Amino acid sequence: MEKRLSTPLSDGDIKQLEAGDKVLLNGVIYTGRDAAHKRLIETMEAGEELPVDFTGQIIYYVGPCPAKPGQPIGSAGPTTSGRMDPYTPAMLEAGLKGMIGKGNRSEQVKQEIAKHTAAYFLAIGGAGALLADRVQKAEVVAYPELGPEAIYRLEVEDFPVLVGVDAHGTDIYIEGRKAFAK
Amino acid sequence: MREVDVSYVTEAIRDLSIEANYYLPEDVMSALKEAREREESEAGAAALDMIIENAETAAGEKMPICQDTGSAVVFLEVGQDVHFTGGDLVEAVNEGVRQGYEEGYLRKSMTVDPFKRDNTGDNTPAIIYTDIVPGEQVKITLAPKGGGSENMSVARGLTPADGMEGVKDFVVDVVDKAGSNPCPPIIVGVGVGSTFDKAAQLAKKSLLRPVGAPHSADHIAQLEKETLEAVNNLGIGPQGLGGKTTALAVHIEPHSSHIASLLAAVNIQCHAARHSETVI
Repeated sequence: MEKRLSTPLSDGDIKQLEAGDKVLLNGVIYTGRDAAHKRLIETMEAGEELPVDFTGQIIYYVGPCPAKPGQPIGSAGPTTSGRMDPYTPAMLEAGLKGMIGKGNRSEQVKQEIAKHTAAYFLAIGGAGALLADRVQKAEVVAYPELGPEAIYRLEVEDFPVLVGVDAHGTDIYIEGRKAFAK
Repeated sequence: MREVDVSYVTEAIRDLSIEANYYLPEDVMSALKEAREREESEAGAAALDMIIENAETAAGEKMPICQDTGSAVVFLEVGQDVHFTGGDLVEAVNEGVRQGYEEGYLRKSMTVDPFKRDNTGDNTPAIIYTDIVPGEQVKITLAPKGGGSENMSVARGLTPADGMEGVKDFVVDVVDKAGSNPCPPIIVGVGVGSTFDKAAQLAKKSLLRPVGAPHSADHIAQLEKETLEAVNNLGIGPQGLGGKTTALAVHIEPHSSHIASLLAAVNIQCHAARHSETVI
């Protein structure tokens, strides 16, 4: 069944999700990948204020292409999430409720997702042109010097994702594979 | 001898950068559609539908298929009777990348230093392989290579006793560990023999073959077929969501080997298997 959710996400929103569910996301999501995560963690470790309040928010692991004139954003599909695993526990501690990416998460991250009543969403890797069509507005809100790795504030409409890891820690990659492994 | 001004190389690289990133090759599209017909996994089939629709959208709207517009991997086959004039060949290639990635609104994904991670800002330097061949033409192939699948690639020294079965097991192990990360369905490029570095290069070059075109040697073609079957029995499926199609093809390039060695390298290519070529 397809579910529609708007950000910011509440614990109630998260608890109704099960691994494999199709979800259409609406509202504001933030981008952030390798370099931005490194800086966010360094900021937290230094005891300084983060450039964005991530309470109830979603981070999309993406480094988009430059926008053509008249478009809000260029191609914008997910990058491999596992590289953000070392940073994820601290981000969840800071109030983050959701992450969008592709690929496997570590056991530790899955446990932290369950502990914080959060969710890991999957977008289709390599579908950057289609996914860009669901972004209505994009503006850089932190670290512009990082280019494609800057933090963007995106406004999305019916952005299509699947629940990859739900608040029970159930992982769709493990479940999905079971039926087809010989 | 034929004189070729390097400005023609720059122009060609510029155009190929844009073309390769906007238009998925026909053979890849056909392989994806065939996989969609065969796929029994509901989630896997839905992922393939979206991947196919995305490639059509990218071509229609003239935008990159994937936001990871890659390292610009350039293969130059230079006729030995060509004399380049008008500047430095490597700089001409990089200038083409610079222009193409800017004019095509492609992402700049290269860092100055592997540790400091500052972006070069123009997607240079290109990764360039040059072969000198007979003749007076210059063949240029540009293959944008995404980071997600490149990161899952591995080279390993096997022993001659490991043989074909050992190579097959190695490939299956690499694909299994990569799981959903390299954006399946993937194309698996394998270089076997030669030296550590050459095996990896052969693996990469095998990815330029039309998808699923078997090697001309029967025993290699048979190994490709068996390895593909074993890889698809892993059940990883499109996007790792479970299914029959983990890989569209396995391409194996064998090479003469040292009597002590059986080097093997696996270069994984995501479903956005992009490459374009031209001849000057």
